[in-house]
Amino acid sequence: MAGILVYALHDGEGNFNKNALGAISKAAELGGELGGEAAALVVGDVADDACASLGNYGAAKVYRAKDVPEGLAPPIVDAMAKVIQDEGFGYALFGGGLLGFEIGAGLTARLSAGVTMEVTEVKVSDGKLVAERPILQDSQIADVGYVAEPGIIIGRLNAFDANETGGSAEVVDVDVELSPWSSKAKLIQRGEQRGADVNIEDAEILVGGGRGLGAADGFKLCEELAESMGGAVAATRAVVDAGWYPYAAQIGQTGKTVAPKLYLAAGISGAIQHKVGMQGSESILAINKDPNAPIFEFSDLGVVGDLHKIVPKLTEAIKARRG
Amino acid sequence: MKICVLVKEVPDAAVQKRIDPDTMRLDRSGEKNLNPFDTHAIETALQIKEGGAIPVEEVVAVTMGPDSAVRALHKAVALGADRSVHLSDDALVGSDVCATGYALAKVLEPESPDLVLLGQQSDDGECYTIGAVVADHLKMPSLTQVVKLDVADGKLRCERQAEYGYDTVEVELPAVISVGDAINEPRYPSLKAIMGAKKKPLDAKATADAGIDSGMVGEPGSKTAVLALNPPPAKQAGEIIEDEDTNETVEKIVAWLDERKLL
Ligand SMILES: Cc1cc2nc3c(=O)[nH]c(=O)nc-3n(C[C@H](O)[C@H](O)[C@H](O)COP(=O)(O)OP(=O)(O)OC[C@H]3O[C@@H](n4cnc5c(N)ncnc54)[C@H](O)[C@@H]3O)c2cc1C
Ligand SMILES: Nc1ncnc2c1ncn2[C@@H]1O[C@H](COP(=O)(O)O)[C@@H](O)[C@H]1O
Repeated sequence: MAGILVYALHDGEGNFNKNALGAISKAAELGGELGGEAAALVVGDVADDACASLGNYGAAKVYRAKDVPEGLAPPIVDAMAKVIQDEGFGYALFGGGLLGFEIGAGLTARLSAGVTMEVTEVKVSDGKLVAERPILQDSQIADVGYVAEPGIIIGRLNAFDANETGGSAEVVDVDVELSPWSSKAKLIQRGEQRGADVNIEDAEILVGGGRGLGAADGFKLCEELAESMGGAVAATRAVVDAGWYPYAAQIGQTGKTVAPKLYLAAGISGAIQHKVGMQGSESILAINKDPNAPIFEFSDLGVVGDLHKIVPKLTEAIKARRG
Repeated sequence: MKICVLVKEVPDAAVQKRIDPDTMRLDRSGEKNLNPFDTHAIETALQIKEGGAIPVEEVVAVTMGPDSAVRALHKAVALGADRSVHLSDDALVGSDVCATGYALAKVLEPESPDLVLLGQQSDDGECYTIGAVVADHLKMPSLTQVVKLDVADGKLRCERQAEYGYDTVEVELPAVISVGDAINEPRYPSLKAIMGAKKKPLDAKATADAGIDSGMVGEPGSKTAVLALNPPPAKQAGEIIEDEDTNETVEKIVAWLDERKLL
């Protein structure tokens, strides 16, 4: 019975990650087709109720490793490997996210298992799972199969939707012996918010700024443009890591997912990890001086040119237009 | 301490990458370069060495790849690595992530590094995973996407962005760290260093020299198989405006926004 084990990432306060819930729903759907069950692994001292609530997304069973800390991959590799081996799971599935990549990779080594990443869809073929994995900057989609079980699947952010089906999962506690090297990394601080707490999720119009702005100062151009349209300003990880703009404004894999009416990208290359957070926007307008920038592959209007020349004039024109 | 940096040769950014439909593998003909993400890992190693918080005896560049991959090693050495190791063997062709991570760990093992550094991703494979695979084989703690790294008291203090914001993590050595591209601005090699790169020691190894079980690498050792390649779902191509006269460009943008009732 090829069951699927999903890692249920949480924030440490019993709130499960939306992408982990999506992965559970996907596992339940696939498990139905494979004739196996979907289960989840939760680490940390998460309450019975919270664990059982994963049944609402399709988990039949929840394995809880109370003494394994959340937030760093190596100890969770120990926990996942133990449950997969003891219970004979055929697959491990991860929703989009950084820890999923790290844990999935560790499991690959530990179990000598095949791994696929950035997976956008999973299907069943001849009683086995096949992962759809976009490659070469999303220019092709490879169907990747597993030579043997277990197989490890790391989803792309927002690839799997969470579906509430009702139900409650059986919670089983597991004891995990940590590998000696697993406790050699310690979280000193988790989830620090850097910079102002801005709200971008409710904006209907977002002006996103990237490294093409040239300096922190460049964000003034975005702010003025956003103000002229009654929108808010968002950012890429590159500029957030550089300290140009607050983390709360970051879009993408380790930031927020948005779907405004208009996303206007200024000086943003359109890396996959940024795209996954904004591709649901109704209209996408990109200004970039590089005609080969990937963002032009998925924008509705692409403007090839220098944003420093275009944006100020655009702001003036919009102000004049709106009176 | 000894730092090993994993580097990879990848098709140059300007080359249109394609998959060879016969082998289902990346067509590696054409101009190649050192994976740009790996230059950040080399720079990190050099900054630790130059920083003086901990004495660094050696920075060793390590790669697995075909004969041509020596050029990536020469570039790594020109940037400042002291020597390099090249794992190359026909038996390795077609290795997936599982097989590549195992092979790289086997080459690293005899080096007994205190720190292994990697880039955040290979420009061609975009797997983001090799670091954590290598780490588990080497039985070392690991962290990826590190954008700030300090060494103090023989430990690493790392910062990186994960799902809920910035994490600060203390990692004991030996360890495997993948660095993000925001960690530093890599230096350019001097002309003298480029000229001298070929004279620095380069250790060429085949799988047998590294004690690699040939059944665990290459196509026979890979645990995944590409079954088919398909084009992505068709998306209507967007309109493109080249900015020649900015006033005109702006007019067109405003008209486009107007049409969509966005103003
Ligand atoms: C695991 C992981 C998670 C990640 N998470 C995220 C995430 O959550 N969010 C995110 O955004 N990224 C994320 N990234 C990083 C992502 O891969 C890219 O590095 C990042 O999005 C690039 O940001 P950018 O577009 O600002 O910079 P760049 O890629 O450097 O692009 C700058 C662009 O500006 C253009 N430009 C330069 N000057 C001008 C000018 N004068 N006028 C017009 N255009 C100009 C250039 O042509 C270029 O295309 C993640 C990466 C990894 C590996
Ligand atoms: N064949 C290889 N030889 C040496 N290092 C590699 C190889 N493949 C990947 N790496 C390293 O692993 C990092 C991540 O690559 P990837 O997991 O393929 O995205 C790269 O930045 C390199 O540092």
